[in-house]
Amino acid sequence: MRRDIFQAVADPTRRAIIALIALQAMTPNAIAEHFDTTRQAISKHLKVLTECELVKQEHQGREIYYQLEIDKMKEIDKWLEQFRKIWETRFLQLDNLLATLKKQQK
Amino acid sequence: MKNNLHFDFIADKEKNTLTIRREFLADRQLVWDCYTRQELLDQWFAPAPLTTKTKSMDFSEGGHWHYAMVEPNGTEYWGWTDYLKIKPIDYYTSLDAFCNADGEINKDLPRAEWLVTFTDKGENALVETIVTYKSLSDLETVIQMGMEQGMMATLEKLDQLLLTLKK
Repeated sequence: MRRDIFQAVADPTRRAIIALIALQAMTPNAIAEHFDTTRQAISKHLKVLTECELVKQEHQGREIYYQLEIDKMKEIDKWLEQFRKIWETRFLQLDNLLATLKKQQK
Repeated sequence: MKNNLHFDFIADKEKNTLTIRREFLADRQLVWDCYTRQELLDQWFAPAPLTTKTKSMDFSEGGHWHYAMVEPNGTEYWGWTDYLKIKPIDYYTSLDAFCNADGEINKDLPRAEWLVTFTDKGENALVETIVTYKSLSDLETVIQMGMEQGMMATLEKLDQLLLTLKK
């Protein structure tokens, strides 16, 4: 099954992993220490992220380090961020309108 | 006005949905009015610097809203919303579409279903909007189109302007 990037970021643990390894490449054990879950569960999340090409593995000696594929992340962010901005702007306008209406009610 | 109003923007690729939650500093009735009355919708729906222009609106089950988002240079982007189910002041569902000035729906472009739910959060109101697309590629199409139309570019310019002004 081909996985895609949206499925990958839909899960809160996977989003947390992404945030974590955005700072530096980490081994699965080091990542697992940050979560209240099993090492197996973390491995599964890493597998999904790898299949989506959001993270890549790098071998250093006997250790495997996971690191973020920045370009791939930017791709999703770019178009979701655009959409999010529209909503943010829209809501700020609604905030202002509501404030005006509340004043008129008084 | 800077505040810490709750705001979520979540894309779920498995379900092809966008969930947008936002808290507002007003009671539910007032927020409901802003979403469902033409003269109020016109004052906030299109993101600045675009403005909203309503051609016709009938907020009732089976009714519709035919509107345009207008750029400062006069370019119009027409939209159509069919209202399906309405339960004041709890929720409504609708089906959106792209159309032209005559209200002819563009069948080549994706339509999405909206479920807009209004709840109390203390003295404030919380609005949850769940937009469901038939597939996420539909959503990509919509966003891509927005970019091509220059709407996004306009917003980016606004951001840059705000940054400049803040300095």
